[in-house]
Amino acid sequence: MANAATVTKASSVPKRKKDTQLRQIMRRLVKSKTAMLGLIVLVIIILACVFAPLIAPYDPNYMDYTSLNAGSSLAHIMGCDNLGRDIFSRILYGGRMSLMLGFTVAVVGMVFGVFFGCIVGYYGGQVDNIAMRICDVWMAIPGTLLAIVISSALGSGFGYTVLALSVSGLPGSVRGTRAMALKEREMEYLEAAKAMNCSKMKIMFKHMMPNIIAPTIVGTTGQIGGTMMSAAGLSYIGLGIQPPTAEWGAMCSSAREYLTKYPHEMLWPGFVILLTVLAINLLGDGLRDAMDPRLKD
Amino acid sequence: MKTYIMWGKAPSRSDFKWAFPLAGAASRTKCGISLVTVKVLNSYKLILFLRAPLRLLRSGAQFILLKNEKGVTMWRYIVKRLLWLIVIMACVGVIIFTIMWFVPGDPAQIILGSGATNEDIARVHEQLGLDRPYMVQLVEFLVNSCRLDFGESYVYGIPVIQEFATRLPRTLGLGLISMALNIIIGIPLGVNAAIHRNTIWDQGVLVLAMVFISVPQFFLGLLMVVLFSVQLGWLPPFGISGSYPTWMYWIMPVLANSLSGMAMNARQTRSAALETIRADFVTTARAKGLPERTVIYKHMLPNALIPVVNSLGMQLSMVVGGTVVIETVFSFPGIGQYLLTGVNSRDYPVVRGSVMILALFSAVITLLVDLVYAYLDPRIKAQYVNYAAKKGGSKKGGKK
Repeated sequence: MANAATVTKASSVPKRKKDTQLRQIMRRLVKSKTAMLGLIVLVIIILACVFAPLIAPYDPNYMDYTSLNAGSSLAHIMGCDNLGRDIFSRILYGGRMSLMLGFTVAVVGMVFGVFFGCIVGYYGGQVDNIAMRICDVWMAIPGTLLAIVISSALGSGFGYTVLALSVSGLPGSVRGTRAMALKEREMEYLEAAKAMNCSKMKIMFKHMMPNIIAPTIVGTTGQIGGTMMSAAGLSYIGLGIQPPTAEWGAMCSSAREYLTKYPHEMLWPGFVILLTVLAINLLGDGLRDAMDPRLKD
Repeated sequence: MKTYIMWGKAPSRSDFKWAFPLAGAASRTKCGISLVTVKVLNSYKLILFLRAPLRLLRSGAQFILLKNEKGVTMWRYIVKRLLWLIVIMACVGVIIFTIMWFVPGDPAQIILGSGATNEDIARVHEQLGLDRPYMVQLVEFLVNSCRLDFGESYVYGIPVIQEFATRLPRTLGLGLISMALNIIIGIPLGVNAAIHRNTIWDQGVLVLAMVFISVPQFFLGLLMVVLFSVQLGWLPPFGISGSYPTWMYWIMPVLANSLSGMAMNARQTRSAALETIRADFVTTARAKGLPERTVIYKHMLPNALIPVVNSLGMQLSMVVGGTVVIETVFSFPGIGQYLLTGVNSRDYPVVRGSVMILALFSAVITLLVDLVYAYLDPRIKAQYVNYAAKKGGSKKGGKK
């Protein structure tokens, strides 16, 4: 009987340990009211944008010439813009663009950041030195500026905007991962992996990466908001996503001419950006605190 | 006691006895020149000695060599950083030139309009030197950039640098004032929030900071225009001069550019301060019976500010990038707006020049921030002045 008890104990211990870590984080996250609020708001916004064709009362590019610049009414909840397009519908469809932009740029940045960061952090020494100098040069050009120049060189459109924003944000994420990889490098388990004659690729991407990826995801969540703001800013100044495609920043931009008479055309999309970014930031903060409770307060 | 800090070719550790006879050290430097930093009453003075300063020796002064284990001195660090700045700017030049090389759209076409013949376009290409190979143009651009000559605008025919003379002060002003506000308002807000933790004041700062971090700059600018110009009519909505006093034109652009940075600083200062408040040396300071003011401003604050200062460099690049958007929102005639007109009309010299000048601006300030960082953080400073730190004793007390 004692034997059976030890067996169950032995088999249950590692399993329990494995999910307590994740559960603890989840529990801390669920306990945080602000993070949950952010999550709920974000989920609502994402769902609304995903199901835009079902929710939106009009086609985003349908022009109702009888209600140019109309204010809020039952027919148009948020009113219409200068071409008579329903702002609510445009916000729903535009959200697909804006959210996709934010998430894609963040994911692309994270993937490449982790990839290069792992390599640089693993090799260290001269490779690290050279990579960091390249990053220094890269970061010497302010991010927005680089994004402006690149997107002017490439042209407008979703893919090019993603490229412009990812390229300008890449050195930051490489640096972040590299710092973590350098810390992991000193750990015993890597030494063990080396002693077991693992290949370098395996050490980097099978042993080191899983330990880096969790904090990176948390960091990336916090950055999505910032990325969305840069994307909107880029569209606002006439690069990035171009009208007539619905995008929140571009909507603000085209509403600017009618600012004095019809401020609602600019207020609604801007307010939705604010709400979305706020929700993402609250969630990102909550995640960070849940990962590392010491950071909290 | 006067302390003399010497800079020269650093002797090895075994040569440590030399430190006293500065003459000996000076003779060891390759050209017989020693650059001597003299610390008198806490201010550093840089003196170049061609020969050993015997008079100083006779005065019985104490000499300290600024060096760390690798023998890199603080001054060497500064010089290195300055040289590195030149390298960075050269690389930025190459990057910008290369990106612009691939820009679709022909400036000649834009200058001549849609009715231009191929011969006309070829002629304009030749005039502008656009028909020459990549390397020739690149080298010419880099060499000219060293003299701050960025060429003439294709569209207006005015030298870019001439346009900068009027526009640069505005953008610099916008950036620097915003940066200053970030620091002057953001940091005290954060410290106050940390001191009055969990009060309404603290919560209010936190909520406001979160909102301002999440609001896009252009939207904040537009909101201000709607509120202060359209609704209340207090401030001019755009431009730089007109019927209002000049300073009023600056209020909204500066605020729109700095509120998010302020919020960021406040949040970061608050969390750094809260972390420092728990540190042992703060408890010790309190246990010694020091007044709370001294504990906070002399012991806690310098340590709490270290991560904040470290992030200022990144914030600066945000502020500089932000000026481009802000200048568009407020039709503020600075470098950012100039850059955008250049982008839209494929005016290469304008784009290249604007990016170079903004990058230089941010690189120089980043350098200054790094130096302040080295100055603020006793640990960083200790790397360069470990010997001096031991002698003088660290007054601030290390973090943890």
